[in-house]
Amino acid sequence: MTNVHNDHGTFKSYIVGFILSIVLTIVPYYLVVQHALKTETTFILVVLLAIAQLFVQLYFFLHLSTKQSQRWNLMTFLFTCLVLFILVAGSLWIMWNMNYNMMEHLG
Amino acid sequence: MSTKGILNVPSHPHEHNHDAEASSKVIFGFWVYILSDCILFSCLFATYSVLHTSTYGGPGTHELFTDKMPYVLTETFILLISSFTYGLAMLAAHSKRKSQVLFWLMVTFALGFSFICMEINEFHHLISEGLGPDHSAFLSSFFTLVGTHGLHVTCGLIWMIILMIQVSKHGLTEITTRKLSCLSLFWHFLDIVWIFVFTVVYLMGVI
Repeated sequence: MTNVHNDHGTFKSYIVGFILSIVLTIVPYYLVVQHALKTETTFILVVLLAIAQLFVQLYFFLHLSTKQSQRWNLMTFLFTCLVLFILVAGSLWIMWNMNYNMMEHLG
Repeated sequence: MSTKGILNVPSHPHEHNHDAEASSKVIFGFWVYILSDCILFSCLFATYSVLHTSTYGGPGTHELFTDKMPYVLTETFILLISSFTYGLAMLAAHSKRKSQVLFWLMVTFALGFSFICMEINEFHHLISEGLGPDHSAFLSSFFTLVGTHGLHVTCGLIWMIILMIQVSKHGLTEITTRKLSCLSLFWHFLDIVWIFVFTVVYLMGVI
């Protein structure tokens, strides 16, 4: 199965993406279920593996890349990442501070 | 789609370019929609992260999810495989093999449908044990986050049925291929969202 267009991916790229995403799901699962490592280490590894999984799926399934034809898709995606970061990090920061100050006040 | 009448003109070589150009614009527009949907989900994730310890004396993430991990892993695999089979449908669509497209769409649909059934089953269990969304802030945010994802998957399934009918009726035209491409973005996007649900809600919940 070959393609004239590059943006569609090939059978091989889907297989590679699929196997990688299965591996990136099983590894964090066993790390967590088996309690193989210290809590903090597990936590960091699980986050990193999820981000790796995100990149695998973006690249192999959504065909997002730095190619010229993908430039606008990539730019809008990066801008959305910035918005997501501000939203999530900002919300957690504010709520954490609020919780902390309220608790101190009560205590 | 309102543009269908204009774009559906029988194509000779010159117009084919127009169609292809229109398609790439539609797909880009759909991509921007997907990104805005990401913002919706990020708000739900932020809400969940803030509220997941507010259990109001009820069970927390550890008590609820520890025994359910194999079940959730199965759900994750089903969705991952369905993403892969949708990819195969897209490959078949680009090489104009109609019956293969329909076959892989049906496989994807079956997988997506079993995912939704498993999720409804999980929700049903929780609610019948009195642990519905009204029990605590944690459960409210849990049901909202996971339920919104489930609702998206359900919409994707309905869309998939409609596309299967259209492909079998009209064949793989520029228009139906474009629609298949949009649903492909949507379906892979839902898979990515689920990876984060799996990580943030379930894995981090039982660490």
